[in-house]
Amino acid sequence: MMEGSVNLSGDVRQQIDDLIADYAHAIDDDRLEEWPNFFVEDCSYRIINRENHEKGRLVGVMDCSSRGMLQDRILALREANVYEPHCYRHMQSGTRIRLVEGDIHHVETAFTVVRTMQEGDMSVFCAGKFVDEITFEDGQPKFRQRVVVTDSNRIHTLIVIPI
Amino acid sequence: MNETTQIKWPDDGVSRIPYQIYTDPKNYEREQESIFRGPIWSFVGMGQEIENPGDYQTTYIGDTPVIVLRDLDGEVQVIVNRCAHRGNLVCISKEGTTEELTCVYHNWRYDLQGNLQSVAFGKGVGKTGGMPDDFDQSKHGLQRLRTETYAGLIFATFSDTVAPLGEWLGEEMRENIDRVVGRGMVLLGTYSQYMPNNWKLYMENVRDSYHASILHMFQATFRINRLSMKGGIKLSDNGWHHISYSIAETDREEDQYDSKKLRAVKDGYSLADPTLVKGWREFDCGTTLAIQSVYPNFVVQQITNSLALRLCLPKGPEECELLWWVFGTPEDTDEQRDIRIKQSNMIGPGGVISMEDGVVGGWIQRGTRRDQDKTTIVEMGGRDVASSTEGRATEVSIRGFWRGYRDCMGI
Ligand code: FES
Ligand SMILES: [Fe+2]
Repeated sequence: MMEGSVNLSGDVRQQIDDLIADYAHAIDDDRLEEWPNFFVEDCSYRIINRENHEKGRLVGVMDCSSRGMLQDRILALREANVYEPHCYRHMQSGTRIRLVEGDIHHVETAFTVVRTMQEGDMSVFCAGKFVDEITFEDGQPKFRQRVVVTDSNRIHTLIVIPI
Repeated sequence: MNETTQIKWPDDGVSRIPYQIYTDPKNYEREQESIFRGPIWSFVGMGQEIENPGDYQTTYIGDTPVIVLRDLDGEVQVIVNRCAHRGNLVCISKEGTTEELTCVYHNWRYDLQGNLQSVAFGKGVGKTGGMPDDFDQSKHGLQRLRTETYAGLIFATFSDTVAPLGEWLGEEMRENIDRVVGRGMVLLGTYSQYMPNNWKLYMENVRDSYHASILHMFQATFRINRLSMKGGIKLSDNGWHHISYSIAETDREEDQYDSKKLRAVKDGYSLADPTLVKGWREFDCGTTLAIQSVYPNFVVQQITNSLALRLCLPKGPEECELLWWVFGTPEDTDEQRDIRIKQSNMIGPGGVISMEDGVVGGWIQRGTRRDQDKTTIVEMGGRDVASSTEGRATEVSIRGFWRGYRDCMGI
């Protein structure tokens, strides 16, 4: 069967596009405390490289299995972890809705993240795709699952800000 | 060796380390000869990753590319990944399965033990060209290294004189490997961390138990304290390998691991989801943490139930790449596997406990690039190299690393 995109009513499609864009802007604008709110309570967020993802392995470089764990990540980043200040810029394209199963929308989006360090060094930190399961809670789209599949196995230095 | 370009060690000990050792390109070249091709065994991969005859993976010893494979007789071989003809990489892929090693450039073919089998157009074309009559194929195979496997871990060496692997590791080091990987490994994930610092800065960090509760603030911030621990540092007889460990002193599982009973102190933050730090008493000996470094650049890790192997590859004087293998055991229940996955959040480049280890080396690299004649100070806990029952206020395992370094480098 050919992989394709599902045609959805303009409204739903627009809401999903907005969720994906709002998510990236929240991270890039350092509104990280908002990040957990893009997910339902019983959620899953994982950053894993393509090789592991394709081999069906489960361990990547971040793995949160509840909204509480997402909050803890951000609190740790603000209060505990030591790193050089830096920010991300997400470039996203080609969002497609692969499949709709009941309330779950399976969505994929390609991304590139450029990392800028405090002294100005810039690099392509990460490229890959988001593999999402999006659901609607009180009419609002939320991630039930977001798997960040990174093309490279390498993380340069460290990863503290979520992608 | 050219004495005039050799780094001059500041004294006859291992408590002063010259900054130059982290940047000097000539010293880097010498390390490749004297350490990575010297009297050491290098970890190159897991036997189970090349399970069947013909399976191979490519990796590095130091910065020399090598192929790790299982030959058609089922024997593990480690072969330098360089064609005898003009030096092309013989295996391009990271992994695969093959019945022979064929160089794509001019089609020289080798068997899986590295013996040269045929040379394309070796007899010429239409009676002209071809290799000279005295070209002896049997003398132009791939370079095959001495190889040994211990508890499923494959090691190789360029050295003809280094002791057999088990002896070289010594009993205490073998025991810890048996404990952590001896039950078998189920690979849960692999990844790499690329760092802007000399490889030795990372290996010092691995052996640096002094910084653990100071640089890494996650546990303190969230008041994750485990009570009644004792710990210490074991060094191999020559000081080259180390294990830093903690052992829970009580047998009552709840006392150490139940996240609900973690000590809460005012002003501390608490975890919204404390299942992150949930674990179980996995080892009868009560060991809750054991970081083992096998000289010079291999690490066997147990942090509660988070098990991993790490290999730090030099990538030029001022860069290195840390490869991680995160694993569980074949006996793990689903619940135990899930706990290991959760605990994987503590480690690696995104590890809430230890991400700082990826960045501090780069800061030292930047801090020490100037004033190359100056030195660091490594004398917490004395100036000698010997096992210690004090785990935190000592840098003895770092001194052990430099003992091994000076032994190998002859400086
Ligand atoms: S370089 Fe390998 S065959 Fe020529
Ligand atoms: Fe550390």
